[in-house]
Amino acid sequence: MKETDLHFFIDSTLNYFDEVTREKAQTGIPYIKSQDPVVLDYTGIIGISGKRKGSVYITASQDMLINLAQLILNQSSVSNEDVKDLIGEIANTISGNVRQAYGSDFMISVPVVVEGHAKDIRMPDDVQAFVIPITWRSFQSFLVVCLE
Amino acid sequence: MAQPVKLMIVDDSSIIRKLIQNYLNEYHIEIVGEAGDGKSAVELFRVLRPDLVTMDIVMPEMDGLSVIDEIRKIDPNVKIMVVTALSDKSTGIEAMKRGAKSYVVKPFTPDKLKNAFVKLLQ
Repeated sequence: MKETDLHFFIDSTLNYFDEVTREKAQTGIPYIKSQDPVVLDYTGIIGISGKRKGSVYITASQDMLINLAQLILNQSSVSNEDVKDLIGEIANTISGNVRQAYGSDFMISVPVVVEGHAKDIRMPDDVQAFVIPITWRSFQSFLVVCLE
Repeated sequence: MAQPVKLMIVDDSSIIRKLIQNYLNEYHIEIVGEAGDGKSAVELFRVLRPDLVTMDIVMPEMDGLSVIDEIRKIDPNVKIMVVTALSDKSTGIEAMKRGAKSYVVKPFTPDKLKNAFVKLLQ
């Protein structure tokens, strides 16, 4: 992966929060994922195939997703199904939007959602995964990008 | 008073289906059905015969482009608004070639969706 790849994902992530919430999110300095797990309460995973291969996931706390879902739906309460659906949709939107840069050969899967603290999300062993910290309001989440 | 526009919403995300419904609620529409995958969308379309369909592309069972092909065989006059995260031009062009009349890239604001909807009805 090149630095420009990370920029595409950072731009896509910032645009998501900007458009959906009308509030700016911030991204921290990306780092190479170590053996340590990067998993919060809910994780939305997208498989990538075609010209590039790998996977992308976003993981977030329940509190963040509840706040986000309440804001998006303009409702004071949201269901667990809404929260699970939302993390998948964020992963789908961030990954789908980078096709503006990569083109239609950058194929994305439907999202897979993991609820709860899995040990870790398995990534290809032979490809470096990069972690992009995201802060929205006071909540922290992580986007993990692993592309050949 | 004219008949409401019969709308079917196709998206594998329930949040997106709710959002589309919320944003378009102010118009003279009747939501006749929702589908969360491509295959169900075709089956529902055959029964419900909506005037307008909002169509996601990346979905389980059958992708949105294939669904467009199938439902236009049933009703070539149906109006289709694609609502997708896929932001590349070639997918937009492909959707239009297959008969979509409008292409909205997620994430969308209320205004973005409403403007596309109003233009589609004109």
